[in-house]
Amino acid sequence: MSAITTTAPPAAQPGRGRRVTGLAVLVGVIAVLAVLSVALGSRAMGLSEVWTGLTDPASDAYPVVTELRLPRTALGLAAGAALGLAGALMQAMTRNPLADPGLLGVNTGAAAAVVTSVYFLGFSSFIGTLGFAFAGAAIAAVGCYLIAGAASATPARLALAGAAVTAAGFAYVSAIQILDTATLEQMRFWSVGSLVNAHTVPLRLVVGLIFAASVGGVLLARPLNALALGDATATGLGVDPRVLRATGIAMITVLAGTATAACGPIVFVGLVVPHIVRAFTGPDQNWVLPYSALAGSVFMLAADVLGRLLARPAELQVGIVCAVAGGPFFLYLVSRRKVARL
Amino acid sequence: MTGPSYSSASVAEGPNRGPAGATEGAPSPLFAEDATLGYGRVAISEGLTVEVPEGEFTVIIGPNACGKSTLLKALARMLKPAAGRVVLDGKDIHSQPTRAVARRLGLLPQSPIAPDGITVADLVARGRYPHQGILKQWSAEDERVVGEAMEATDVTDLASRGVDELSGGQRQRVWIAMVLAQQTPLLLLDEPTTYLDITHQMEVLDLCGKLHRSGRTLVAVLHDLNQAARYATHLIAMRDGAVVAEGAPAEIVTAEAVEKVFDLPCRIIEDPETATPLVIPRA
Repeated sequence: MSAITTTAPPAAQPGRGRRVTGLAVLVGVIAVLAVLSVALGSRAMGLSEVWTGLTDPASDAYPVVTELRLPRTALGLAAGAALGLAGALMQAMTRNPLADPGLLGVNTGAAAAVVTSVYFLGFSSFIGTLGFAFAGAAIAAVGCYLIAGAASATPARLALAGAAVTAAGFAYVSAIQILDTATLEQMRFWSVGSLVNAHTVPLRLVVGLIFAASVGGVLLARPLNALALGDATATGLGVDPRVLRATGIAMITVLAGTATAACGPIVFVGLVVPHIVRAFTGPDQNWVLPYSALAGSVFMLAADVLGRLLARPAELQVGIVCAVAGGPFFLYLVSRRKVARL
Repeated sequence: MTGPSYSSASVAEGPNRGPAGATEGAPSPLFAEDATLGYGRVAISEGLTVEVPEGEFTVIIGPNACGKSTLLKALARMLKPAAGRVVLDGKDIHSQPTRAVARRLGLLPQSPIAPDGITVADLVARGRYPHQGILKQWSAEDERVVGEAMEATDVTDLASRGVDELSGGQRQRVWIAMVLAQQTPLLLLDEPTTYLDITHQMEVLDLCGKLHRSGRTLVAVLHDLNQAARYATHLIAMRDGAVVAEGAPAEIVTAEAVEKVFDLPCRIIEDPETATPLVIPRA
C-alpha cells in the first residue's frame, strides 16, 4: 500500500532516480574518455588540435584523427560494450558470478577459429574470419557448459572448465603463431587483445553487429529476471529456460565473437564490469544489462588510454591492461567465502 | 466417495473434461490422464490418473519417494509425461504456450532462489512476468495486483526490505505473494512448509487456507499427515507412484489407510481443535 510508489517499473524503487543519474554519468565519462582517446597517443594533441583534426581536412592532424584515432576509439567503445554486456548476460544465464566470455573460453574459442581461418585457409578478409569467430565462440560456449556438467554445473566447475578451454585455445593460438611467425606477425598484437588495428577493421559492420546483438541482449532482461529465481520458478512464470539460454548464447556469440575478431581475445572485462554494476544498480536485469554495456565501454576505453599513457611513446596492449586490472578482482571474487547468488 | 481406499488405475474415458470416474461435481480444470512419469528411463509412476478438483484445497501426501513431488511437477508442466498427458482447461498442457499456462497456473517450487540484494517489492513484482510483454511496460494494473498480493500475504510492511534479511516464514509468505501476483486461479505449492519451524508452518498453512476460501484451487505437497488432514479439503495419498486413496480427509484418513500408505500402525482420534482426523502413532 503506502510503501509502494506509483513509478514504473517494479514497485517501491527509491533508487530509480539514482540509477537514471548513474546512466547520465556513465555517458558523460564515455564522452571524456573518447576525447582523451582521440587526443592521446605517440603524438599528443591539445583540444584545439583535436578539433581542427576533426573538422579541417587540410590540417596535419586530420589523417591521424580520422583514420587512426577515431576508428580506434569507436572500436574500443563497441568492443567494450559487447564484452561488458556479454559478461552480464552470461552471469545472468548461468546464475554464476564467475561467468565471463573471456574466462569461459568463448573469446579464446573465437580467437582459435580466427587463427585457423587465417593460417590454414588463408582468409584475409575480416568478414571471412568473422564467421569463424562466431563458430569458435559458439562451440567454446556450448563445450564449456557441457564439460562443466550442463544444468548441474556449479560456479567452480564452470570456471575450471572455462580455464581448461581457455588454456587449450591459447596454446593452439600460440603454437600456430610459432609455426608461422612471418605471416602472423600482424596478429601479434591482436592475439593479446589490442585496438591498434582498428583502422583495418570494417567498423560499420562491427558496430552494427554489436549494436543489434546488444538490443537483442537487453530485451532478454525480463525473462532473465524470472530465470534469476531458479529454473523451476522461471518455468512457473512462463519462461522456457532452454529457449532463453539458447537465445542468450546466440547473443553472446555475436557480441564476444565480433569483439574478438576485431580486437583479439580480451579477458576480465565481462567479469569485472557486471559485478561493479550490480553493486550500484541491484539485481534488476533491466538496469544491469544496459549499465554493463556502457560500463564495459568505459572500462575498455580507460584501459586503452591508460596503456598509451603508461608506456609512452610506445603502448601497452589493451588486453594486457585489462588482464592486469581484472586478475586481482577475479582472485578476490574466488576467495570470497560466499559467492554472490544471482 | 465411500471406502477408505481404492485403486487409482481407473481407465480414462472422458476426452476433455476430467478423466472418467474420479470425483463427482464440477469438471476438473487440471488432471493427469494415464500418465507415465519419471526421470530418464526410471519410471516413478505408470498409468497415473489424478484430477485436481475445482475449488478444493488438495494436498498430496505419502512417504518419501512415493512420487508426490513428481506428480506435482507433472501437473505444473515441469516434467513432460513419457506417456499419457496432463490436461489444463481441456487441452494438453504441453500444447499450450507456456506463458498462457502461467496465467492460469502458478507454481511455487521447493527451493526458489532469491537474487542477492533483491527487495520484497521487486521479488513480488517478478510474478507479473506472464502478464507483461516487450512493449507492454509496467502498468498501474501491475502495481495494483502486486499491492494486493502483498496485502493478502501480510508482507506490505516489508515491501522495501531485502529478502535476505527476512525470517523463513516471512520469506515464504513473500514467495507466495510472488505467485499470487501471477493472478492464477490455480496454485501449486511444492512442500511449502519444509525448512520452517512449527509456528511458521502454521502461518503458511493458514495463509493457504485463506487463499482457498477466497476462491482459488490449491494443490500442495505436504509431509505432515496431521497438517494435511487439518487443512486439506481433498487428500491424495500416494505410495510407490500410485494413488492409494483420495477424498475428503474425514473419509479417507483411517488407521488402515495410514498403515497401508506409511506402514505406520496408528490410532485416529478427532482433533480437539478442528474436529479433523488426528493420527496418533501407536507406542
